[in-house]
Amino acid sequence: MSTSLDKIIGPRAPEEQQAEDHLRYRLPTIFFLVAVVLLIASVFLPYWQMTLQAPQYPKGLSVQAYIYKLTGDVREIDGLNHYIGMRPLAEAAQLERSLSIVAVSTLSLLIVAAIFIHTKYTVLLALPAILYPFIFLGDMYFWLRNFGLNLDPAAPLSSAIKPFIPPLLGVGKLAQFVTITEVKSGFYLASIASVCIIIGLYFHRRAYKPLVDSQIEAENQAEDEFEQEQ
Amino acid sequence: MNLRDLKKYILPFTLMAIIGFLIIAACGGAGGTTEAPESVPVSGDINEIAAARGLTPADVEAAVKTYTPTGMIDEYVMFSSGGHSGQLLVIGMPSMRLLKVVGVFTPEPWQGWGYGAKTTMEVLDEGKVDGEDVLWGDTHHPALSETEGEYDGEWVFINDKANARIAVIDLRDFETKQIVKNPIAVNDHGGTMVTPDTEWIIEGGQYAAPLGWEYASLEDYESEYRGMVTFWKFDRESGRIQYDQSFAMELPPYWQDLCDAGKLVSDGWVFCNSFNTEMATGGVESGNPPFEAGASQRDMDYMHIINFDKAIEVANAGQTEMVADFPVIPMQTAIDEGLLYFAPEPKSPHGVDISPGGEYMVVSGKLDPHVTTYSFEKVQAAIEAGGFETDDYGIPILAFDDVVESQVEVGLGPLHTQFGPDGYAYTSLFLEPAVARWTLGGPYEDLNEDPPWSLVTKTFVHYNVGHIAAAEGDTVSPDGKYLVSLNKWAIDRFKNVGPLLPQNFQLIDIGQPGTTMPLLYDMPIGIGEPHYAQIIKADKLEPWEVYPEIGWNPGTQSPDPNATMTGEERIERDGNNVDIYMTAVRSHFTPEHVEIKQGDHVTWHITNVERAYDATHGFSLPGYNINVSIEPGETASFEFDATHDGVFSYYCSEFCSALHLEMVGYMLVEP
Repeated sequence: MSTSLDKIIGPRAPEEQQAEDHLRYRLPTIFFLVAVVLLIASVFLPYWQMTLQAPQYPKGLSVQAYIYKLTGDVREIDGLNHYIGMRPLAEAAQLERSLSIVAVSTLSLLIVAAIFIHTKYTVLLALPAILYPFIFLGDMYFWLRNFGLNLDPAAPLSSAIKPFIPPLLGVGKLAQFVTITEVKSGFYLASIASVCIIIGLYFHRRAYKPLVDSQIEAENQAEDEFEQEQ
Repeated sequence: MNLRDLKKYILPFTLMAIIGFLIIAACGGAGGTTEAPESVPVSGDINEIAAARGLTPADVEAAVKTYTPTGMIDEYVMFSSGGHSGQLLVIGMPSMRLLKVVGVFTPEPWQGWGYGAKTTMEVLDEGKVDGEDVLWGDTHHPALSETEGEYDGEWVFINDKANARIAVIDLRDFETKQIVKNPIAVNDHGGTMVTPDTEWIIEGGQYAAPLGWEYASLEDYESEYRGMVTFWKFDRESGRIQYDQSFAMELPPYWQDLCDAGKLVSDGWVFCNSFNTEMATGGVESGNPPFEAGASQRDMDYMHIINFDKAIEVANAGQTEMVADFPVIPMQTAIDEGLLYFAPEPKSPHGVDISPGGEYMVVSGKLDPHVTTYSFEKVQAAIEAGGFETDDYGIPILAFDDVVESQVEVGLGPLHTQFGPDGYAYTSLFLEPAVARWTLGGPYEDLNEDPPWSLVTKTFVHYNVGHIAAAEGDTVSPDGKYLVSLNKWAIDRFKNVGPLLPQNFQLIDIGQPGTTMPLLYDMPIGIGEPHYAQIIKADKLEPWEVYPEIGWNPGTQSPDPNATMTGEERIERDGNNVDIYMTAVRSHFTPEHVEIKQGDHVTWHITNVERAYDATHGFSLPGYNINVSIEPGETASFEFDATHDGVFSYYCSEFCSALHLEMVGYMLVEP
């Protein structure tokens, strides 16, 4: 008889089967672990970058968004932004940045947990990490929109620069500035982690679906026999 | 193994490889490729343009060698004395574009040098002479700091001939940090020169006078008047001359002129030339020969040879006398301790320059057509041999023939010598006027095709050359390439701008051997009469783009206790004392209203909180004679008594942004 916890955790592969085809059972673990490593590594890399180009800034100005901090010419860009009445960049996504490390740690732990779960619930555990890059972009868009549309009407250039939505990705133009926004290495790592998880789920299904099916079959059979006996 | 098994094993590894590749691609970023510039054939139009402007092929060649298109950085930087402007000129080469006029002895409004800012007022105050402001200087000889005899691009020093002062300029921000007044001399000439590791700065005197600003009749010239050389100890750590560790040496009342520190083989020795060993005292109005004749009677004057290492020991041992509270090694001590020797030098010389390896001292007697080269080795042998004649003061004189290596006849009025990397020496000829190229011998003999110790060629200059400066031409490893002739007269070289004419810096190409030494370019100097210049490879200079931290004090080169960050701006009042803590950023000062009362004593601190390259703000307070330049990161402070009531608009005096005119505030002084 299986308890409800067993139903969530799912069956273990018999040892003789593992010895016979160890790759079959290790592949999901490998892909999930690679995803975890990539996710953690991504924390130390910038996810998104905005570059401003203007004649008086021959080296350009850039700001890099890590999940927990902003680096680069933030001060100078803030200084310029005050002319159009945009709030300082540090005011954006404060909650997200403060929770980001905890969030990525949680995603990573869920993936690790997913390794030990051999049922369809694995998908539930893996889903947040799969969606994570899209959530990042969505949040970034939310803040760009929020900042761009809420300009201080009393700013010096308020009559020249109307509220606008800065492009999330791509090239824009604002006064003498060309703005280039792009995702960077941290985002790529997080995206590759998503792909790894999806691939891992495929191998996971390949490895454990038969075991789950046979377990259900065995249970059904046992039930049938029980009924028949009665 | 069947195909299915194979796939099963290969697939994971293939996937891993793809992922690895993606990671590398994601982390690697885009590597730029640099393209070699293509040489573009010159179109026929160039000839038409040259013909229309009356340019010869040589002119076009010179133009191509010097023209510096926008954005191209000069290969060399020349630090030139600003003459009686009292400033230091910074000039890019070969473009000969003026990059900066560094405020030194004279107030300079653009840099806010001497118009309120405390760090500038304090330095100018150090330059007071007998308690009085002297707000100009006759700057003569800049000296770049050296490490092992090479320019290191960290400091530059310059003297004020008129008032015997030395200034220290920090090349991290190109600002003057210290002025030292020589307490024993009214004026000087033979400064500044540095020892090979810049431990000492040499300041030679000029017109003899009683040491320590005393009175003595000219009747007592020989007994009471004295020459001197002062050795200033420089400390790199603090960036200051250490007054307490410095000392001078008493010399006979000959007019010491220029000095140079020995290097490499002659390290530890100092050489100075002198004139007026006749000890003429002038008085043309009383029927005496004028100085110009009286001081030019003898065929030989004396090169001073100073055992400097030993002089330091003697000074440290306390064998000094205090003159105006400054330690001076008495002449007799210098004689007794073997610190000072003379070698005859022809005639009324104006320069002693040490060859790159330190083996030779080159002297030009300006009334003798030769450059005379002395061998350091021979000087040492002669000192060793002993048995000297002495002058009237008992100073040993080495025999001319014992110490001279060679004499080369270069032309009329030879003055100053610089060196190239290829065994060539260059000497300015004031009277011809020209720059002579001649060859050194000895270890330099094989560096070029020309015979040693001979004149190679001359390039005529316009006009009346004084000093010359070759690229790193007085270091242990001269660069050659360029030489600048610092001409005193311009006459017809530029459009007449009235009877006071600019000086003329002429750039000469010394990059080719033999007789090829063409003139390239003229640069007028309409600010004073520069004397000497030094030329450093531009990439050795690594000044700050902005001050290292917000709230930086350029005087101490450290964070300023009155630094004010954004959000900390305030006005504090304590009785009649008002302290203002202000920030400046494009395009506003905070606060914009300052309300005080007549009679208040105001101390005002402004921090430029910008971090952008070139985002300097000025602060002008008309009515109170305040003008301050606040570079990015700098905290500037000034104070004044609010003596006049009224309304004063303070404003940014450096065009900083599109809303620069709006960068303004009101100071309201209530009666």
